[in-house]
Amino acid sequence: MDLAAAKMIGAGLACIALVGAGIGIGNVFSALINALARNPAAQVTPFAFLGFALAEATGLFGLAIAFLILFVF
Amino acid sequence: MALELHPLDQFKIAPLFHITLPGGVDASFTNAALFMCVAVAVAAGLVVFGARRRDLVPGRWQSLAELAYEFIAGMIDENVGHEGQQYFTFLFTLFMFVLLGNLLGLIPYGYVFTGQIIVTFALAAVVFLGVTIIGIVRHGWRFLTFFVPHGVPLVLLIILVPIEVLSYFIRPFTLAIRLFANMMAGHTMLAIFGGFVAAMGLLGILPLSVDVLLIFLELLVAVLQAYVFTILSCLYLRDAIHLH
Repeated sequence: MDLAAAKMIGAGLACIALVGAGIGIGNVFSALINALARNPAAQVTPFAFLGFALAEATGLFGLAIAFLILFVF
Repeated sequence: MALELHPLDQFKIAPLFHITLPGGVDASFTNAALFMCVAVAVAAGLVVFGARRRDLVPGRWQSLAELAYEFIAGMIDENVGHEGQQYFTFLFTLFMFVLLGNLLGLIPYGYVFTGQIIVTFALAAVVFLGVTIIGIVRHGWRFLTFFVPHGVPLVLLIILVPIEVLSYFIRPFTLAIRLFANMMAGHTMLAIFGGFVAAMGLLGILPLSVDVLLIFLELLVAVLQAYVFTILSCLYLRDAIHLH
């Protein structure tokens, strides 16, 4: 297998990390909606956005690896 | 589909005018340096200009400056406690620098210096070293108890202490990579869809509308990542001051 094809496959595989980010972000916002539906006065939205940013970042680590494979090496 | 413009070209550092220090050190004034200066100027201008009149009923600029001030002051009170207020200046500067770096990068033809890992790593390293020094100065040798969780059987400690130590020393890297990866991925995504616009001809309206939506996401991410960077610095500071 030549290097270019292997790079493409590797970059594609690195994007699997986004599965976890998707599940994480979905979890964060479903929990937020749950909390706000039960208690509309709950002051949890800043924490939800903090959780969203942290969960999203894990997916982006994978994406950064994909870019690294494609464009740097 | 070949892209005419490489999506990573926007992160290239180009010298605007060349300066060579004695000894052959390249200290050219680059586009990254220019945007850092602009960020500092805008942040300083906002606070100085906002605090000039000091009305009881604030005008537009004054309320913007007060909003930023109270946002960070409230964040420190909530997350560090009142004794954290002595580090307010640093955290406020950090927040404004990262926020303006992220936002200035979204202006067309702007340069996003927070998309350079060395910039974010330098910021994260300053936070990490500062917080560690504060912890050691405040607690001396007792700072090491930070790595020993309370109420854990002795056998488990053999596993847990190295994990705690590792997770402590990995902090500057995750802090740096989180901001850098968010900025780089977002701007690369914008550039990739931007490349499709010209390549697809009339159908280019589709990637263009994706880009318009992505800009909104990027605005959210820009503010959110500045917030996350500052709040995590606050949490690390709390660990150093209160030791768990």
